[in-house]
Amino acid sequence: MTRDSKKNKRLIALFLLGCVLLNYPILSLVNLKILIFGLPLLYVYFFGVWCLLISLTALATLFRSKDDADAPGETGGR
Amino acid sequence: MLQTGIILFVSFGYVCLLFVIAYYGDKRADAGRSIISNPYIYALSLAVYCTAWTYYGSVGLASSSGFSFLPIYLGPTLMVTLGWLIMRKIIRISKVHRITSIADFIASRYGKSPTLGGVVTIIAVAGVIPYIAVQIKAISTTFFLINQYPEIEMTSIFADIPVFGDTAFYVALMLAVFAIFFGTRHLDAAERHEGLVAAIAFESIIKLVAFLAVGLFVTYGLYNGFADLFEKAHHFSDLQGALTIDAPRQIHPFFEELLTINAGGFTYIDWGMYTFLSMMAILLLPRQFQVIVVENVNEEHLNKAIWLFPLYLLAINIFVLPIAFAGMLQFADGSIDADTFVLTLPMAGKQQLLTLFVYVGGISAATGMVIVETIALSTMICNDLVMPVLLRLPIKAMSRSSELTGLLLFIRRGSIILVLMLGYAYFHYLGGFYALVSIGLMSFAAVAQFAPALIGGIFWKGGTRTAAISGLIAGFTVLTYTIFLPSLVQIGLIHQDFLTAGPFGIKPLKPYQLFGLQHFNPVSHAAFWSILTNVSVYITVSVLGRPQAIEHTQAALFVDVFKYSGETGDSLFRRGTVNLPDLRSLLSRFLGKTKAEEELSGYARRRNINWDDHATADADLVGHVEKLLTGAVGSASARIMVSSVVKEEPLGIEEVLNILDETRQVIAYSRELEKATTELKEANIRLQELDRLKDDFISTVTHELRTPLTAVRSLAEIIYSHPQIDAKQLSDFTGIIIKESERLIRLVSQILDYEKIESAKLDWVIATLDLKEVVKDAVVSTQQLTLDKNITLDLDLAEDVPAVSGDRDRLVQVMVNLISNAVKFCDPDRGMIVVRLRVADHHLRVEVQDNGIGIRPEDQAKVFEPFRQIKNPTQGRPTGTGIGLTITKRIIDFHHGRIWVDSEPGKGTVFSFELPAIPAASGH
Repeated sequence: MTRDSKKNKRLIALFLLGCVLLNYPILSLVNLKILIFGLPLLYVYFFGVWCLLISLTALATLFRSKDDADAPGETGGR
Repeated sequence: MLQTGIILFVSFGYVCLLFVIAYYGDKRADAGRSIISNPYIYALSLAVYCTAWTYYGSVGLASSSGFSFLPIYLGPTLMVTLGWLIMRKIIRISKVHRITSIADFIASRYGKSPTLGGVVTIIAVAGVIPYIAVQIKAISTTFFLINQYPEIEMTSIFADIPVFGDTAFYVALMLAVFAIFFGTRHLDAAERHEGLVAAIAFESIIKLVAFLAVGLFVTYGLYNGFADLFEKAHHFSDLQGALTIDAPRQIHPFFEELLTINAGGFTYIDWGMYTFLSMMAILLLPRQFQVIVVENVNEEHLNKAIWLFPLYLLAINIFVLPIAFAGMLQFADGSIDADTFVLTLPMAGKQQLLTLFVYVGGISAATGMVIVETIALSTMICNDLVMPVLLRLPIKAMSRSSELTGLLLFIRRGSIILVLMLGYAYFHYLGGFYALVSIGLMSFAAVAQFAPALIGGIFWKGGTRTAAISGLIAGFTVLTYTIFLPSLVQIGLIHQDFLTAGPFGIKPLKPYQLFGLQHFNPVSHAAFWSILTNVSVYITVSVLGRPQAIEHTQAALFVDVFKYSGETGDSLFRRGTVNLPDLRSLLSRFLGKTKAEEELSGYARRRNINWDDHATADADLVGHVEKLLTGAVGSASARIMVSSVVKEEPLGIEEVLNILDETRQVIAYSRELEKATTELKEANIRLQELDRLKDDFISTVTHELRTPLTAVRSLAEIIYSHPQIDAKQLSDFTGIIIKESERLIRLVSQILDYEKIESAKLDWVIATLDLKEVVKDAVVSTQQLTLDKNITLDLDLAEDVPAVSGDRDRLVQVMVNLISNAVKFCDPDRGMIVVRLRVADHHLRVEVQDNGIGIRPEDQAKVFEPFRQIKNPTQGRPTGTGIGLTITKRIIDFHHGRIWVDSEPGKGTVFSFELPAIPAASGH
C-alpha cells in the first residue's frame, strides 16, 4: 500500500493547503478593495486558488492512473 | 409570448425525457452493459449536490452578502480532496457489508443497533424535508414567473392557493411517481439504480449548461464582459449610496459590502463554519451518500471524480456574482426577489428560448435532488424505522410463510409519497417565510450531526453505541433549540421575547446567543454549539463506557476494512446451527424466490458445495445470508431476522468472545516472554564468548610485546653496563635491537590493522586489478626474505587471467603474508616455495606451496584464528605475530573470496585462496 499511502499524503497536504488558503487569516490579507484587470481582487483570488487546487489534485491522482489497470477493481453487487 | 400550454408541454416533455434515459440506463444495466460505469458519469452524479438552491439561491445570497455563497462549494472541494482517504474507505466498508444508506452505515458500525438507525433516520428526515420543500418552492415559483412572460411579477404567498389547484402539488406527485418507478422498481440486494444515475447525470449537464448560458448572456449580452459589469455596478452603487438613504432594497456601497468578506454581517467565523458544514454535507446528506457510496460502481472512479467534481462546482459558480450584480442593476427598485434573478434577467432581456431553457435547468436542479433524496430517505425509513418495529411485532402477516418483498416495496413506495407530501406541506404552509439558502443550511447543520458517529466510527475503534446515540440526540436537541425553535417565532407560534430576552427572561439561554456567544450568525451559531455538544458527548461516553462484543467486532471490521480481505465478516462471531430450509425461506421472503435461489446457487458454485449434502448451514453461510438481507432490509433488521432462525446454544457470544480474547492474549504474552528469554540467553552466551576472546587477546598481545621488549632491554643493559665491549659485538647487539624493534613495530601495526578490519573502519580502495601484477609485486618485496634463508621461489602463473576487483595494497599484503609465512616454516637452504595462479570457472585461484614442517590436521582449522601460533616442540617458538593469517583471511573474506589450507606434517603446506573474477567483457 506504499503507493497509496504516498498519494494519501499528497492529498492530505493539498487539503491542508486549501484549508489555509481559503480561511482566516490568509483571506483577510486579500480582503481588499482593489481591482485587478477590472475584476475584484477577492474574485480573482478565489477562483485562482480554486483552479490551483483542482489542478494539483488532478496531478496527484494522475501519477497513479497508469497503475490502475492492475489494481483489482471492486465492482458492485450485481 | 409563452403560453401555459407550451410551458407545461416542455416541463412534462423534460420529465418524460428523464424517464426515457432512466429506462434506457436500466435496460443496459440488465443486459450487463452499464452506461454509468465511468468516472465522468460518477462525477456528474455527485453534482446532485447542486440543487435549486445553487441554481437560484446562490445569486440571491450573493446579492445580499457577497461572497458568503462560496464556502458552500469550497467545502466540498476540500472534502473530496480527502476523498481517496475517507470516501474510499466508506465505499469499501459499504460494499463489504452491503450497506445501503447512511442510517444503516452508522447503525451497522455500532453493533447493528436498530435504535441508532432509527435516530439517524428521524434526524435525516426532519432535517431534509424543509430542503425538499425548497426545491418544490423553486419549481412552483419559477413556473408562476415564466407563466407571466414577458411580464415579471412576484408572488410569495402560496398558502392561499387551494392544494388541488396548486401546480407544486402536481409537481410533487410527478416526482413521487418518478422516484417510485426508478427507485423501487424491484428489490435489489445492492440497492443500485443505474437508470436513475444516468438520469441524474443528464440533469447535472442540463443545469450546468443552462446556468452557464444565463451567465454568458448576462455578462456578454447585457454587458461587455466581466470588467464592464463590475465597473457599472461600482459606478451605480456609488450613485445609489449618495442618492438614497432609505431605499426599499438596500443598495450598499459596492466594495464595502459585497466584494469583501465582512458583508451583510457575515464574518470569518461564519465563513469557516459554512465551509465546515458543507464539507460534512457533501458526505452526510442522504442523497450524497446514495450517489457517492451506494451507486458507486467502482471505487477507482474516485480517482478522477475528486477533481472533476470540484471542476463542476467551479464552473457553476463563476457567473454567480455577475448575475447578482446584473440583477441588482436591472431591477434597481428592489421589486424582484434576488432568488429569481437567474430567470428574470433573460425574461427582462426578452429572450424567450433562453428563458425556457433556464426554466428547464431549474427544474433539473430541483428534480434531481428531490428524486435521489426521497429514494435515499425511503430506504432509510423502510429499513431502519419501519422494518425493525414490524419484525418485532407479533403480527400474523409477518409469520414465517409469507413473502415479504411486496411488503418491503410497498413500505418504500409509501415512504416516498410520504416524504414528498411532507415536503409539499412544508412548502405550502411555511415556505414563504424563508429564503432558499437559510433552509438549505439548516439541513446541512442537521446532517452534520452524523459526522462524529460516522467519521469517528471509521477511524477510531473506541466509539461505542451508547456514545453515538447520546451524541446524536444531544447535538440534535441543541440544534433544535438554537435554530428550529427560533424559526417558530417567525411563523408566530412563539412570542418574540423568546429570541430577544431568552426563555423566561433568562438571558444566557437566548437561542441566537447561547451563553452570550456573539459574532456568529444564527446558522453557524447553532452548528457550533450542536457539533460541540455532539462531539463532546460522543467522546466522553465512549471513553467512560464499555462496548459490547458485537460493537468490538464491527468497530474492528470498519476501521481496519482494508486489512480484512472482505469476506471475513461475522461468520467467526456467530455460533449455533441453522437449518438450511429455514435460511432459504428467510432469504426468499425478502428477496423473492427466484432471486434467493440465484444467490444461493451462486454461493454454492463459488464454494463448490452441493446443497443436497447439507442439512444445516455453517457460520460462513449464515454470515453471507445476513449480508444479503442487509442489502434488502438494513443491517439491524437483518440481524433480527437471522437471529430468529439461528438456534443459539446456551453459551452466549459474549462469553465465548471473552474467553477467546483472554486466551489469545495469554498465548501472545507467553510467546513474547519465550522469545525474550531465548534472546537473552543467546546474548549471554555471545557475551561470555567475547569476554573470553578479549582475555585471550590481551594476554597474547602482552606476551608477544614482552618478548621483543625483553630482548631489547637486556641487550641495551649489556651495552650500558659494559662500555668496553668490542665493536663487533656492539654492532651485533644493536643489530638485534633494531630487528626486535622492527618486529615490535610490525606487531603493533598489524594489531592496529586487525582492529580496523574487525571494527570495519578500514578504508578500502577498490579498483580493477590484474592479480598477476599483485603476485609479482609481493614476490619482489619478499625477495630479501627468501635470499636471506636461501630458499628458492618459483612462479607458475597462468597466461591471460581475467581481472578481479579489489584493494591492491591489501591483496599485496595477503601475498606477502602467505609467502613470509611459508618462508618461516621452511628449512634454510633446502626450502622451496611455489606460487601458482590458475583460472577456475569464474574464479582466480592462488596457491602458495612450501615444503616446510607442515601443520597437523587438528591445528589446520585454527590457523586463521587470531594469535594461534602452531607451537612445534622440535622447532621452539616460531617468529611472527600470530595475527598475520587472521588479517589475511579477513581481507579475502572482504573480497568475497575464500581461503583454506592443505597440509601434511613433514611434507609441506599449501595455502590457497580464490577470488571471484570480473566477467571477461568488462575485464578487458
